[in-house]
Amino acid sequence: MSSGTEWTTQSIQQIIDKLKHKPGAMLPILHAIQDEVGYIPDKAVSQIAESLLQTRAEVHGVISFYHHFRTTPPGRHNIEICRAEACQAMGCRALEQHAKNTLGIDYHQTTADCSFSLEAVYCLGNCATAPSIRIDDDIHGRVSLDKFDALIAQHQKEMKEAG
Amino acid sequence: MSTRIFVPCDTTALSLGADKVAEAIQLEAEKRGIAVEVIRNGSRGLLWLEPLVEVETDLGRIGYAAVEADHISALFDADFVSGSQHHQSCIGLVEDMPYLKKQQRLTFARAGITDPVSLTDYEAHDGYRGLKNALELEPQKIVDEVKASGLRGRGGAAFPTGIKWQTVLDTPSEQKYIVCNADEGDSGTFADRLVMECDPFMLIEGMTIAGLAVHATQGFIYLRSEYPVAHKLLNEAIDKAYQAGYLGDNILGSGKQFDLEVRLGAGAYICGEETSLLDSLEGKRGLVRAKPPLPAIIGLFGKPTVVNNVLSLAAIPFIMDKGGQAYADYGMGRSRGTLPLQLAGNVKQGGLVELAFGITLRELMQDFGGGTLTERPLKAVQVGGPLGAYMPASQWDTPVDYEEFSAVGAVLGHGGVVMFDDTVDMGEQARFSMEFCKVESCGKCTPCRIGSTRGVEVIDRIRAGNNAEKNWTLLEDLCETMIDGSLCAMGGMTPFPVQSVMKYFPDELSAPGESA
Repeated sequence: MSSGTEWTTQSIQQIIDKLKHKPGAMLPILHAIQDEVGYIPDKAVSQIAESLLQTRAEVHGVISFYHHFRTTPPGRHNIEICRAEACQAMGCRALEQHAKNTLGIDYHQTTADCSFSLEAVYCLGNCATAPSIRIDDDIHGRVSLDKFDALIAQHQKEMKEAG
Repeated sequence: MSTRIFVPCDTTALSLGADKVAEAIQLEAEKRGIAVEVIRNGSRGLLWLEPLVEVETDLGRIGYAAVEADHISALFDADFVSGSQHHQSCIGLVEDMPYLKKQQRLTFARAGITDPVSLTDYEAHDGYRGLKNALELEPQKIVDEVKASGLRGRGGAAFPTGIKWQTVLDTPSEQKYIVCNADEGDSGTFADRLVMECDPFMLIEGMTIAGLAVHATQGFIYLRSEYPVAHKLLNEAIDKAYQAGYLGDNILGSGKQFDLEVRLGAGAYICGEETSLLDSLEGKRGLVRAKPPLPAIIGLFGKPTVVNNVLSLAAIPFIMDKGGQAYADYGMGRSRGTLPLQLAGNVKQGGLVELAFGITLRELMQDFGGGTLTERPLKAVQVGGPLGAYMPASQWDTPVDYEEFSAVGAVLGHGGVVMFDDTVDMGEQARFSMEFCKVESCGKCTPCRIGSTRGVEVIDRIRAGNNAEKNWTLLEDLCETMIDGSLCAMGGMTPFPVQSVMKYFPDELSAPGESA
């Protein structure tokens, strides 16, 4: 995922201008900004509103309605843990607790070193090989507590190497 | 000649390391100077065997199950490239697996066999024959064929697809739309995902036919953002369909037009409800609309719109190729055709099982599922997603059929079957149903928005033994209010799993030592 949080009013406007002609352009624009910046910066709200001839309240209303959109920078990696029934049947409640303890954060929080953000998700469609988690765009199945630890360690190692 | 080796590329295979397996096979083959061609096929739906690597031989495709990158060297040592069956992971000819052989695959006939984004593969396996037939027909004839198939909406509501199409065809408008509901949010369901990841051209073809049938020239696939793999593969397939003239303003030189675009949702379960989905596509908060007006008359941007589930649209190419009657020949009662069922949760052999309606739930869970993965006794089964009832052992002989399920107060929905062993705490499950509704309610109507919050609180009080008897009555009353007073199925069905726990597992909802 893009964790590059560098953006300018111009770069945001470019994204908006590329998409605003589409019917129902709001969600495509929000996705494109979040994919690029990692979140929807507060300043972008008025730009979107102006470009789509809507009020800032309307734009804010859309952003806050959808769980996927965030208004604060994410950690370098975003971890989503599936909380839905098929994963519950395979022990996701223990996995959730383990993840929170290991990372030292709760849902919707980011670790102090900005490495990981933790979010809940309701179904990744990987229900025959539960429990499942998603790290950025990669989905992992049959995530035992050990496998979770190994995934975290692997990402930490990669981040260290990347500096 | 190089040997063709298949490594699936669907989410489940990837989630268990399929990319690394494919890479390791390639590297090891180069190292040993063996000529192989690694093809990324779709999944067969035998998900507990993923990554299921297949080697093409004169006998057919030999399978190797649950392959990891670390196994590759040993597989080469055991000469798996020649289809040698000595390695312990070998399962023999994949087509001979009873799990596959016992199925009646109409929609999933190609899944796992082909490369999902190869148009050549799709055409070689009966692809686009339905569209070619449809291009020769008047719209009314296409709608008649769909009516004759008896197909009912596979999203869960089971409304006859042909009738919906007729309404849109009969409503005059300059602009009409085909919207595919690919917001498959029910836990335990992944059939839509498998269609999009393993055979995306089938969905594209189905939507194009729908466009021809009702005079719609624009289609949208509303895909959930939780499906990044499906997103990538769908876009790839749509590009190829455009290049080959299967989409665009002159489909196969017929002068007819159909354009198609994927739109991503943003993690809101409610957007699987069709009117909320339409609001979301229009760029708004996904609030549920009151019906009437039906979307078929006033839908997307106020225009007549067909909103169909992935599986409904995916069934169309078969119907237009083989005929509506060929589809209707499968099934029982008013449930015609086949239903792709999904075995999930605590199950030994989880995966996709496409069968004509009529198998019992027990047969499905035992003969296909093989019981629980933990090998502990099965205790409860939730069918039809988070809004479906928990079914106790006494109901497992119910045949898979919309009306039969309804008769026992259960929901077949989108065909997801989530199995739980005896360690499950049913009180906790009941609480989660309300909690989920609290998180996912669109907030438009009070019974759903407030009812779910109060539902969590009341269940907490009952479980804590706080005035349990009175709160039990209150919960019963709250459930009825939500069922009768909610605007859509979210609030209207959230009480179903709760009521099923109250009825069949009452002791588990009560505080220890108390009974209701």
